[in-house]
Amino acid sequence: MEITGTVTTARAAGLIACRRCTTVWPAGTATCGRCGHAIASRDQLSLQKVWAWWIVGVVCYVPANVLPMLQTRTLGMVENNTIIGGAAQLADHGNWGVAIVILVASVMIPIGKFAVIAALAISVRHGSGMSQLRRQHLFELVEYIGRWSMIDVFVVALLSSLVQLGALAAVAPGPASLYFAMSVVFTMLSAQSFDSRMIWDPDTIVSRADRLRRLPGQPG
Amino acid sequence: MSQSAPIIPGPDPADLIACPRCDALYRVSEPARGERAVCARCHTVLIAPRRGAGLQLIAVALTVVILVISATIFPFLTIRVGNAWHSSSILGAALSFHGGPFVFLALAVAALIVFVPVLRALLMLYVLIPLVWDRPPATGARRAFRLSEDLRPWSMAEVFAIGCAVALVKVADLADVDFGPAFWMFAVLVVLVVAQDTFMCRYSVWKSLER
Ligand SMILES: [Zn+2]
Ligand SMILES: [Zn+2]
Repeated sequence: MEITGTVTTARAAGLIACRRCTTVWPAGTATCGRCGHAIASRDQLSLQKVWAWWIVGVVCYVPANVLPMLQTRTLGMVENNTIIGGAAQLADHGNWGVAIVILVASVMIPIGKFAVIAALAISVRHGSGMSQLRRQHLFELVEYIGRWSMIDVFVVALLSSLVQLGALAAVAPGPASLYFAMSVVFTMLSAQSFDSRMIWDPDTIVSRADRLRRLPGQPG
Repeated sequence: MSQSAPIIPGPDPADLIACPRCDALYRVSEPARGERAVCARCHTVLIAPRRGAGLQLIAVALTVVILVISATIFPFLTIRVGNAWHSSSILGAALSFHGGPFVFLALAVAALIVFVPVLRALLMLYVLIPLVWDRPPATGARRAFRLSEDLRPWSMAEVFAIGCAVALVKVADLADVDFGPAFWMFAVLVVLVVAQDTFMCRYSVWKSLER
């Protein structure tokens, strides 16, 4: 499917494309004349923003897993459950299906997102063995899946508002819900900051390779 | 059906478009209704006009506004254990976060599941109604459409709906659950919100706003 040889990019043609409405403008234009979106041939700060959001996202993800997500009171007993603890308890009760859904949604997907965003950001600078199309699809997947991680926060909200049966049973949100929500939001912002056009730019990687090749010899 | 043709740039950028994902440049050749123009190298859909899409989108947006407002008023879910029972509304779910920093979470959850979906629907009505009836675009229509597009990832009604399913499985052992009318309204709403985003050809909207 790779037909990069025949494709001209807006950048190669000396034009700046608007990522919001697909129009192209002469070099030097700062704002899209059709939709008013700020445009740049490539966002120079893109990778820095990606990493900044990525780091806060990872930092928030730690307390999200260590602190309790849900506090359950049943007949005078108080129980604090972390995400993984809650899933383990469900599995204990034989609810394997739900336990697996929760583990996938709140553990595997967030960690997978961190890994993919980091790998894409690194690949832009250092090249990658993976095809550009494959990396583009990975990026689209991360962008699409990002919002779905909010499920956990919504489940905590629903349970806490629904299970209010006085002394019989009451559920309250734990501090992890706050950190989990922040981690999801920051990871979404990190993915949104990534300029996917960089995946398709050959020159960032080539210039790096050139520099590396020139290093041992004379400076060029 | 898909069609795409890489081009050599001419002097006038007015009839050129670039793929927002990979920057590939194309000369615009508008596909017939029902067909799509797809980026040749990254397969992003660039143009996908559909007959009557404007009217459908207006109908969907109107229904979304009505459904969200009534879904927040009517009872949503009720649980029973013996004589004890408790019901919750959709806003009640958001407001279950209270005290200290949880207030921000409550506001964020309310925004994600109620306010952002409604705001997006209202913005779409504002943008599309003049276009569909062949009037000049409303003042600030471009800004409104831009805001609606910015808000797209933050409209999470459908995520909340799946969250309901997970929560219900968790509660099912503990108590009986009654579904209020708001629950079914919300279920319909989710289908509509998803439809809203698949019907819309952003290229066509931007182009009509240019007049
Ligand atoms: Zn634009
Ligand atoms: Zn493309």
